[in-house]
Amino acid sequence: MKKKSRLFAAMVILFVAVSAFLACIAIYKNSHKPAVTINVYNWGEYISDGTDGALNVNEEFTKRTGIHVNYSTFSSNEALFAKLQNGGTKYDVIVPSDYMISKMIALGMLQKLNFDAIPNFSYIDDSFRGLEYDPTNEYSVPYTWGAVGIFYNKKFVSEPENKITWDILWDTKYAGKILMFDNPRDAFAISQFRLGIPLNSKNKEDWLLAAKELKSQQPLVQAYVMDQIFDKMANNEAALAPYYNGDAALLTQKNKNIGFVIPKDGTNRFVDAMCIPKNSEHFDEALAYINFMCDPTISTENINYIGYSSPETAVKNRLDNSVANGKICYPDDSYLKNTQVFTYLPDDVTSLIDSLWINVKTGEQKDPFVLIVVLIGFALVYLIILCVKKRKPTI
Amino acid sequence: MKLLVNSRSKLISKLYMWLIFFFLYSPLVVLIVFSFNESKSRNVWAGFSLKWYAKLFADKEILRALFNTIIVAVTASFLATVIGTIACFGILKMKRWAKRSIMNVNNLPIVNPEIVTGVSLMLLFVFAYKNLGIFRPGIVTLIFAHTTFCLPYVVLSVLPKLRQISPYLYEAAQDLGCTPARAFFKVILPDLLPGIVTGFIMAFTLSLDDFVISYFTSGATQTLPIAIYSMTRKIISPEINALSTILFVVVLLLLIAINLHQIKDEGKNHN
Repeated sequence: MKKKSRLFAAMVILFVAVSAFLACIAIYKNSHKPAVTINVYNWGEYISDGTDGALNVNEEFTKRTGIHVNYSTFSSNEALFAKLQNGGTKYDVIVPSDYMISKMIALGMLQKLNFDAIPNFSYIDDSFRGLEYDPTNEYSVPYTWGAVGIFYNKKFVSEPENKITWDILWDTKYAGKILMFDNPRDAFAISQFRLGIPLNSKNKEDWLLAAKELKSQQPLVQAYVMDQIFDKMANNEAALAPYYNGDAALLTQKNKNIGFVIPKDGTNRFVDAMCIPKNSEHFDEALAYINFMCDPTISTENINYIGYSSPETAVKNRLDNSVANGKICYPDDSYLKNTQVFTYLPDDVTSLIDSLWINVKTGEQKDPFVLIVVLIGFALVYLIILCVKKRKPTI
Repeated sequence: MKLLVNSRSKLISKLYMWLIFFFLYSPLVVLIVFSFNESKSRNVWAGFSLKWYAKLFADKEILRALFNTIIVAVTASFLATVIGTIACFGILKMKRWAKRSIMNVNNLPIVNPEIVTGVSLMLLFVFAYKNLGIFRPGIVTLIFAHTTFCLPYVVLSVLPKLRQISPYLYEAAQDLGCTPARAFFKVILPDLLPGIVTGFIMAFTLSLDDFVISYFTSGATQTLPIAIYSMTRKIISPEINALSTILFVVVLLLLIAINLHQIKDEGKNHN
């Protein structure tokens, strides 16, 4: 009798355990199977993330659609490109800049979008459709845009705003007080605008000419920097620095003496746009995400956080009046008519630019061959010493 | 005269010590001070505020990156410690030439530039994923990669300790009636523990702040160093200062606790 009841109890426990286990699996499957996770790869600090009472855009997307977002960030177009090309990682939505988009289109790395699934594309202004990097506008949906201009410190710079052109960065008066971009395309663009050379020239002579000008500027330059310009300008360490207009709010807030101007002789306008890579596994969900990001209420949250300009008039109208009508983020057409967008350059031109850029920053380039011979020499000497040392004890 | 020289050399050696401390800790002090800064600037003081700490705990992306980093660091250093310790027993029992060649193989990843390790691991994972369908780049490959580069350090810190332990201790324990397993856990392991703990801590810290190898093997998973690096187009948020300060304080408290514990133990032994 005792044995029987024990057996019974064991059976009951076993039954409960097994059914609980099965239930767990069922619940797990139910909760996980329909919940797709998309991989989104965006610039760092480039989305409204829920701090300061702002909307957490990714969470809002999950709340509305049930699609989970695995969000990760990169620091440069080249980093994004490397990650995609090395394979292994399957992203569903990426946000490259203009020239990288045209490069990826040329290499067949992007999918054509289904614009029927992106009704919010209608909010995108006409001036941001079919730009040079994606002429037929089949692959990309603009996310933000911006233009390069000059930050100047009124303490040091006496010229009135409308007199400031790119030439001021070559003015010996400001020697040692000038900062320059630490990336080749942005730096070359400034030189090219001064010389009136098209930004996407495929002519090598043009690039040599632009490099020569940059080299003549090099003695005047305090430093080639990227985000350090925020500190250097805020501390009055430098007088002039070219940078992106979207960061103006951050700088002018910190130091009231800092002004921003977009030179009338033309500037580079960049667009960061959302695309779907070819190897994406969740095409429809990715489209839903892009559509969601174009929603003016969502986009306004993002633009408020990022500070860059929006390609949607509907968003611009929702922004704070001082931003929307200030000339910094939304300069009027007289400034923008001379702007040019970067597109992809052939490999031989790109490698020429890279070597010219190293030359500009470091002076004459040492022949790598000599360096290798010297290194091998050192290695040989080291090996010989090792051999001699080893032999000694046996003698 | 001698006294004078002595005091002078003492002064110089003290000065030297403080100089070293200054170089080691001044960056940390600056980092901690600016985590309490009101503005986003990295060198203009705008007033005391705790807002970056508040923002840090609202920022899910950074917290998720931190969470990933800690999971990877704990798992990888645990795996590396277990595998490394077991390997030490094997290495100790090897013949001379085999031991030497194994130690060379072990040291190779240490002298190998990180970028080579990172790229080769990435190529391996991508190859395996494309051809066999295993090792999809993500948190699992990240753990494998970190275990790989932590392993040599564990071996290097456990092996010398193991060499010091007399093999007769183990035999004696068995003579006195221990089973082999019991002898291992009661006699060998306690003696080995300092080496194992050192190896574990070393592996943990290495894994925690690794950037290069993680960058190549992480897939779409983001660890803290990668998240910080990606902020460099815009300005790096002082939330990171706040986070680093918290990490620093936690590690400091842990070290103090361990030291106090050791002092207590030593006191007991003396009595």
